[in-house]
Amino acid sequence: MTALLQLSELKAAYGATRVLHGIDFAMAERSITALLGANGAGKTTTLRAICGMVRVEGEVHFAGERIDGRKTEDIARLGIAHVPDGRGTFLHLTTEENLQLGAYTRRDRDAVERDLDRVYTYFPRLRERRKQQAGTLSGGEQQMLAVSRALMLAPKLMLLDEPSFGLAPLVVRELFGILRTINAESGVSMLLVEQNAAMALELADHACVIETGRVVLSGAAETLKRDDAVRRSYLGH
Amino acid sequence: MDALLHQVLAGLATGGIYASLALALVMIYQATHLVNFAQGEMAMFTTYIAWSLINAGMPYWAAFFLTVGIAFLLGVLIERVIIRPVEHAPVLAVVVVFIALLLIFNSVTGWIYTYTIKTFPSPFPEQRLFGRYLSPHEAGAIGTTLVVLALLYAFFRFTPLGLALRAAAQNPESSRLVGIRVGWMLALGWGLAAAVGAVAGMMVAPIVYLDPNMMGGVLLYAFAAALVGGIDNPGGAVVGGFAVGVLENVLGAFVIGNELKLSVALVLIIGVLLVKPSGFFGRVHVTRV
Repeated sequence: MTALLQLSELKAAYGATRVLHGIDFAMAERSITALLGANGAGKTTTLRAICGMVRVEGEVHFAGERIDGRKTEDIARLGIAHVPDGRGTFLHLTTEENLQLGAYTRRDRDAVERDLDRVYTYFPRLRERRKQQAGTLSGGEQQMLAVSRALMLAPKLMLLDEPSFGLAPLVVRELFGILRTINAESGVSMLLVEQNAAMALELADHACVIETGRVVLSGAAETLKRDDAVRRSYLGH
Repeated sequence: MDALLHQVLAGLATGGIYASLALALVMIYQATHLVNFAQGEMAMFTTYIAWSLINAGMPYWAAFFLTVGIAFLLGVLIERVIIRPVEHAPVLAVVVVFIALLLIFNSVTGWIYTYTIKTFPSPFPEQRLFGRYLSPHEAGAIGTTLVVLALLYAFFRFTPLGLALRAAAQNPESSRLVGIRVGWMLALGWGLAAAVGAVAGMMVAPIVYLDPNMMGGVLLYAFAAALVGGIDNPGGAVVGGFAVGVLENVLGAFVIGNELKLSVALVLIIGVLLVKPSGFFGRVHVTRV
């Protein structure tokens, strides 16, 4: 089986500071993979590297194509939707305009309408606020909007950067439930960066642990959950 | 009373031209957070192109639309070739580029066409629509401005491309993540701004006559208009344009005299910056920490 996403010897730096020292991992189609690691380990940079938002060395293959060195907008057009750190909301546009932008590259108008309906079904709150300026939405609503905007791209792969950040536990539970549904219903693969390792391991089928820019451990989520080092460092028990 | 009404209406005509150019300034400002000082000279240069076309025997409206098209391409070209390389340069470097563009357009035009003042035709018929209050050209200029503004509004408000343009100006990073080609959106914005400027140039030329320095004053008024309305608010810039036009005309006719009219723009610029830097319709920037 060929992997949907494959990173080989991926290196990246911000100026003189090297952040990624050679990341290797692969993820299968329809899978949810979690990236775990402490602050500054390089999780966000890994996602940004996949999207061409930082310059990289090494190789990134997506659905059989080599994508490293391509422009962010071209990578998005291949079907990779990034839910960025900080949510990336278009603050001065309405909720619905944010969602329309998600489908900007699509020409299948009818399917876009159906998808709009679908995300409104997942997140009824967004339907209520469709005409409202997105900047006036609460943090949780903006996170839902970011996930929805990514879904509107009809992606093959979603990159989720800390979707639980700043959300109340109840909202996080709801959001993760919906992510699971999306994965099951439409087979969208997800690469998930999370501080909340317990939640992430519950959702994911695979996980990689990143320490100082390298993958130090990877395997099935079930296995990692029982791993002593992972439990001590990331699960706190 | 009659005289006042006449001045107000004439002010609306020039105000529409200021509004168009102010709108062009705001469009560039929203994308780059800088004021394009060369906007007026670009408009002036394209008006000369229209003059050449008309003199070569082309009917007015054919020359008009061809000029708008040429201006659009010129704007796109300037963004791609000259502005793109300094995209991430410090503010002052970009400002220097804008000023250089201003000087280059001014000198090149003078070099090609000489600095002799030329007349520029008006396309509007000689019959008076609003009695003695408004000349046909003034009425036509107001109409043309309103059509341009309505088209732009419809484009930005109701088309996917217009939405993408607004998105790219606001949040380039998120725009790339949904697949918008931000670089081309900026170039498109420059093209549109130059096209709007060209219309303003062709509408103002019959009033102020065609010469390489004709847009200097107009740009100042447009800048004042954009500031009054709030430099990041297109609607505000339009309202500001009409307001500045009327104010300038009325004050010029009854209070300070025509010679000192331009100082109205300068007083407005300084006054707004001192009292209400965000303009009357602008967004007040509050940063949450």
